[in-house]
Formats: sequence, C-alpha cells, structure tokens
Amino acid sequence: MKRRALAISAVMLAAVLAAWPARAEKLIVSVSNHRVTVTPNYSGEELVLFGSVEKDASTPANRSYDLVVTVNGPRADMVTRRKERRFGIWINTDYRQFLQVPAYLAIFSNRPIDAIASPEVQRRQQLGMNNVVLTQRVGTDYADVVPSDPFRSAFIRLRSQHGLYRESSSAVTFLTPTLFRTGIPLPAEVPIGTYNVDIKLFADGQLVTRTETAFEIVKVGFEQFVATTSRQNGFAYGLATVAMALMTGWMASIVFRKD
Amino acid sequence: MQLFLPIADIPVNVFLILAMGAAVGFVSGMFGIGGGFLMTPLLIFVGISPAVAVASVASHIAASSMSGAISYWRRRAIDPALAIVLLTGGSIGTALGVWTFTWLRSLGQLDLLIALSYVILLTTVGGLMFWEGLRAMLRARSGNPVPMRRSGSHGWIHGLPLKMRFKRSKIYLSVIPVVVVGFVIGFIGAIMGIGGGFILVPLMIYLLRVPTSTVIGTSMVLTLVTMLFATMLHAMTNHLVDAVLALILMVGGVTGAQFGARAGQKIRGEHLRLLLGLLVLAVGVRFAFELGIRPAEMFTIRETGGAA
Repeated sequence: MKRRALAISAVMLAAVLAAWPARAEKLIVSVSNHRVTVTPNYSGEELVLFGSVEKDASTPANRSYDLVVTVNGPRADMVTRRKERRFGIWINTDYRQFLQVPAYLAIFSNRPIDAIASPEVQRRQQLGMNNVVLTQRVGTDYADVVPSDPFRSAFIRLRSQHGLYRESSSAVTFLTPTLFRTGIPLPAEVPIGTYNVDIKLFADGQLVTRTETAFEIVKVGFEQFVATTSRQNGFAYGLATVAMALMTGWMASIVFRKD
Repeated sequence: MQLFLPIADIPVNVFLILAMGAAVGFVSGMFGIGGGFLMTPLLIFVGISPAVAVASVASHIAASSMSGAISYWRRRAIDPALAIVLLTGGSIGTALGVWTFTWLRSLGQLDLLIALSYVILLTTVGGLMFWEGLRAMLRARSGNPVPMRRSGSHGWIHGLPLKMRFKRSKIYLSVIPVVVVGFVIGFIGAIMGIGGGFILVPLMIYLLRVPTSTVIGTSMVLTLVTMLFATMLHAMTNHLVDAVLALILMVGGVTGAQFGARAGQKIRGEHLRLLLGLLVLAVGVRFAFELGIRPAEMFTIRETGGAA
C-alpha cells in the first residue's frame, strides 16, 4: 500500500514539474504600507504597489510584458434596489441581492485589457470589470449575469461614483521593461478590512505567472474603541451617550443661565 | 477640519456639522421645539445614512430638551403629574417605534417610510399651523380681540372615564387621551428621528386643553425622556448611534438654542406660529417634491451585512 501511494505521488510530482513552464518568470511585489490605519483625520490615502519581473536564463530576452492588478476589498452582501413609479411616487420595487461581493474593487493594467488578452483568457482569468464575478441571487440560483444586466451595471456605476470600484488601463507603469509600479487610491469612505492584491503577468496574450499580496485597513484607537463598544456593549454605549446628552444639556443651562 | 465618524463610517467636516447643529438649535430655541425634523434631513443630505441620522439625532434632541427642561423647571412651568402620565404612553410608543424601525429596515422600505411620514406629517401640521397663524394675525390686524377659549366647552374627550386632577396645570382630565397622545408622539419620534414637540404642543393645547403656562415645559420633559429612551433602544438593537456625531450636534445645538430663545422672545406669538408653520410646511413640501419627481438615479445600494 505504502509503496503504491509513494509511486502515485512521484508520478504526480513529475506531472506537476512537467506542466510547470520551463521558462519561469517570477513576480516580486511589495505594497508601500501593509496596514493602513483610520485615524480621526483620515480622509483617504494612496498606497503604492511596486514590483519587478525576475527572469531566469531560459526566458526569451526581448519579451514584452503586460500586467493586470486586481485589488479586492473585504466581501459583503449588498442589495441593489430599483425605483419605480407607483401611485404617483417613486418607491423601491425590484431588487437584486449581490452575495459576498468585494466592497472595494480596483482593476489596473498597463494597457487596455482587450489588447492584453483574448476574450476567452479575459473570462477565464476574470480580467476587467466585465469579467469579474459578482454573484447575484437569481431566484433560488446563485450566478453572475451578463455585463449588460441593468442591476449589475448600476451596481458597478454606483460603486464607481463613490470611488469604491475603479478600472484604469493606464494605472500600471513600467519604469523599466521589468520594473513596474501602480498607485492604489483608497477613498475616504473606504471599507475596513483585509484587501487582497492579485497581480497577473501576461506575455503574448497568455498568463505567465501570478502572485498575491495583501494589506489591511483598520480603525485604531478611539474610532476602534467606539465602533467595537457600540457593537459589543450596546447597553453601556447607550448609557454613555445618554449621560453625555444629559451633561451637555445641564452644562448649557448653567453656562447660559440668565439670572 | 475633517473628522472620521466611527459609526457612520464617513469623514465629515466638524465645522459644517457644528454649524448645522447651531442653526437647528437656533430655530428650536426660537420656537421651543426639538428641531429633529430639520436635523435628520440635513444629516441625510450631507451623506449620513438615514438610519444612523435618525438614531443619532435622538440623543441630540435629548440634550437640547434637557437644557430647556431645566430652565422651565426653575420657572415652575412643568406639570410633573401630566408629564408622568404622558410618559407612560410615550415609553410604550417609543419601544414599539424602535421595533418597527428595525423591522422596516430589514424590509428595505425604511427610507420610503421616513420620507412618506415626513411628507404627510409635516405638510399637514405645517399647513394647519400656517393657517392658524395667518388667521390669528388677520384677526389681530382687523382689531378684533382673539376669542377667549370657552372654558365651559366639554368635548367628547372630557366624557372619558379615569379622570385625574393635574394640579399645576389646573385641569381635570381623563388619563386615556393623555396616554394616547404620549404613545403617538413616542412612536413617530422613534421612527422619524424627531422629538415631536411641534406636534405635541398643538395636541396638548387644542385636544387636552393644557394651559400655555405649562405646555412647553411639560412637552420638553416628554421629549427628553422619550429621546433618552430612543437613544438607549437604538444603541442596543441597531447599534447605529454615532456618539461622536451626536456630541458635535449637541454642542452646536445647545449653543444655538440659547440665542434662538432670545430672538424668539422678540417676535409676537402669532408671527412665531406663522413662521414655524411655514418652516414645517417647507420641509414637508421638499420631501413630497423628492418623492414625486423622477429621481436622477433609479438605483440604490445598501449593504446587508456579511462583511468578512
């Protein structure tokens, strides 16, 4: 038994090694800050992602590379509602539920994604806003829909208006043929949580290699304290707010006492 | 100066919020109302979600009615017995209101309900106040004295059982309508994020026949306690009270209220009512307008939790 298991793993290892591209580029990346803290005067920030393409001896010399960077914020369930005219007023009627979609999504590349890879590769690698999977609950099914779906496009449009979803085909700059950088702008109303950065390297329309990194956005100090207390200790938080209201009112009546 | 609000999760300009608090405080001091019906829409307008706005304004109103109640207490213009009976209804109404608020929020129709109740309530009350103020003014101009209230007229309200004597107000009244009035104010206050002073005062004057000497002070006590209660309930059930936002509003509000109260004393009563009626009406019409015209953006997104 044991020998057979060993043999199988040896075969698998060989298969994996054979499948591994012979000329292997490697991506080395780093984010300027792995921990963004939200302080009282926080009003947005921009991170910088740096990286380089490491070649080895077998890599063809004058290969030109393309890069697609996808930043995924913390995931959350969201509902998109559509207003319709009913009884003369505009009210929310139809709605779609988006399940575990990123609260922040940025897709950056060095040139238009259509020029980097074929539609087939784009779909498979989820490149660009039209190919990112945004799961919706459709009846009892869970599925993504066509990019032209009104709820999907409205969702992306609204998120983009707040700077929470963004796509740019010129954000990644190659400083040298192998050294690149891109900025990751974080708007003021950025969601708190862990952000995954997925970097995919393409050459001649095919994926060469990919790597991942991450950063997190955290509330610290007072903000963190207030947010957690309100959530975990609602009663005490309520009492404190009530006491604050009474004190402010009482102080005002003393300060402004006329007689 | 930008400040990040921990619960609303957005940065706001402190001076803007402070100025809003002061402006609303001025109006509330002038008319002797809480001013929640102005504050909540303003907060929504600067980008704070309606749910957080409603929950945080409750504590702001509590602070301004606290300072008001203290000064009325000093002038012995509060009827404690009446306040307690009103509060019985008010507490039940507030609890039911917060519960309804939570339920509607899960249905996604909270914004609509807030907007609709603003339209109905504000246009009706504002219209009535405006009309009443206008009539009083015309009467005063034509030289006829304002007719005295007929002390002998007993409506159906005075035929109800469980009568009780309210000493300081010098009235003898059934507790049933008092509890009902308290209940209604508590309920709409919790849902709409308003103290309800601008509805309560007319209700107490015209329906319960409470004399003007104790009406504002007593209504402030009811507002104070229902709003404190609403703050607690919102903090415990929905976790939406932004204490930082509330504090800025409070400081602005109580300061503005003092100047407003001084300005209010210089204006004649019927003019004051006319102005307040106009103001209430204007806010109501604005909400009606928003519901009626085709919105520029048909879609809205709301996070429903599950943040990983």
